[in-house]
Amino acid sequence: MYPNEFRYTKDHEWLKLEGGEALVGVTDFAQHQLGDIIYVDLKPVGTKLGAHQPLATIESVKSVSDVFSPVAGEIIAVNDELAQTADIINKDPHGKGWIARLRVGNTQDVAGLMKAADYEKYLEGLEEH
Amino acid sequence: MKTTRFNALHKKLGAKMIEFFGWEMPVEYKGIVDEHLAVRTRAGLFDVSHMGEILVTGRQALAFVQHLTPNDAGRLAPGQVQYTALTTPAGTFVDDMLVYCIGPEEYFLVVNASNADKDFAWVVGHQSGFEVKVENQSDAYSQLALQGPLAQDVLQPLTDVDLAGMKSFHWATGSVAGIAGLVSRTGYTGEDGFEVYTTSPNPGPMWEGILARGAAAGVLPIGLGARDTLRLEAKLALYGNDISDQTTVLEADLKWIVKFQKGEFLGKAVLEKQLVEGVKRRLTGFELVDRGIARPHYPVFIGGRQVSEVASGTFAPYLKKSIGLAYLPVEQTAVGTEIEVGIRDKRVKAKVVPTPFYKRGGK
Repeated sequence: MYPNEFRYTKDHEWLKLEGGEALVGVTDFAQHQLGDIIYVDLKPVGTKLGAHQPLATIESVKSVSDVFSPVAGEIIAVNDELAQTADIINKDPHGKGWIARLRVGNTQDVAGLMKAADYEKYLEGLEEH
Repeated sequence: MKTTRFNALHKKLGAKMIEFFGWEMPVEYKGIVDEHLAVRTRAGLFDVSHMGEILVTGRQALAFVQHLTPNDAGRLAPGQVQYTALTTPAGTFVDDMLVYCIGPEEYFLVVNASNADKDFAWVVGHQSGFEVKVENQSDAYSQLALQGPLAQDVLQPLTDVDLAGMKSFHWATGSVAGIAGLVSRTGYTGEDGFEVYTTSPNPGPMWEGILARGAAAGVLPIGLGARDTLRLEAKLALYGNDISDQTTVLEADLKWIVKFQKGEFLGKAVLEKQLVEGVKRRLTGFELVDRGIARPHYPVFIGGRQVSEVASGTFAPYLKKSIGLAYLPVEQTAVGTEIEVGIRDKRVKAKVVPTPFYKRGGK
């Protein structure tokens, strides 16, 4: 379910490191919690973000939530498909539903994120509540 | 947390459960949008057993109901249902509700789950001087709603009630999937449909029977999420959002449930005065012109000044627009009036539109 090559946050973002850049999206767990996604508001390309700063806001029918940048970096691309079909996050959260591409400030920061197995364990803990 | 008698069946279907005013209820099964569209185009089944039921019986049952409500229960024959309210002396809402006329000395009040205990206390608190008996039967009743254009076709094979012969806002007793109950042509979605009440301690087969019969026609179980988007498209008021003890029946744009000719009722004097003088604000429908979703309590601006806040607001899955209701100054309620909704750090353009947003067979 959760790709091994990704890293994960407690806020249910995923990050896929590709050299000095990274793709960022939200996890399948997150899309399921949000329900039907209607809009995504993205910060513009060129925005510099610290770790845990909001890079997008997701509006679903029932709620609104921020997507936080897993690490510090600069937005170098956003997924333009989301403007027309935000629900691709529901359909393919770990693939076509990616949200932004970052130039990562310091790739060492990625080491502080959870691996897939740890994230799955973290989810089990949440579901027991 | 309280549970309905269908709780295990919801969980078996994989429903996402939430707490709703002390009840554990399904908020969605497949997703709000799919469920919403199923009700608009086919049919959907709702567990609404959390609703409250209050039985008023006795020689003066009608006079008592007339005292408590602005609509004219005197017009009801046995077998009929009426949308009305419990009003305060200030002409505001204790709750909105349905009144079923069972007989000349027997009325069945169906109230919101969130208000059931308060309503019962209110009704009991006003019974002095009336020869009536008031019973809270909420715990005994389960209630399902089957709503949508295919509701009659799906339900008819399961019941001995003649559904084709049942007019809107009428009811009859009968069985559904072998379980005795009461069926009315009522609902909270803007679609044709039925609500079924039963005191069976084991009504599960009713839920399962309707879903099984409807499966081939695409009937889905529907959670509270889509119940809210459906009722808002149809501009059906929700207590706590659109109406409360701070809003009068006339301000809520529900003048049609106030029958001034019928005689005395709680709040009549205030409402009569308001009718003559005119209300200062009215519950008004709007849609967003720019992108965004207006949600309850977001501020509403006109000409740069905050005049109100969003009462109800959502993305409307059938209309594919963001819609909402807000109490606006009456002089600003004309269709086309430009307003703004504060969505986080932005002010998003919106405009007053006619309501209901969605009308069955119209659009």
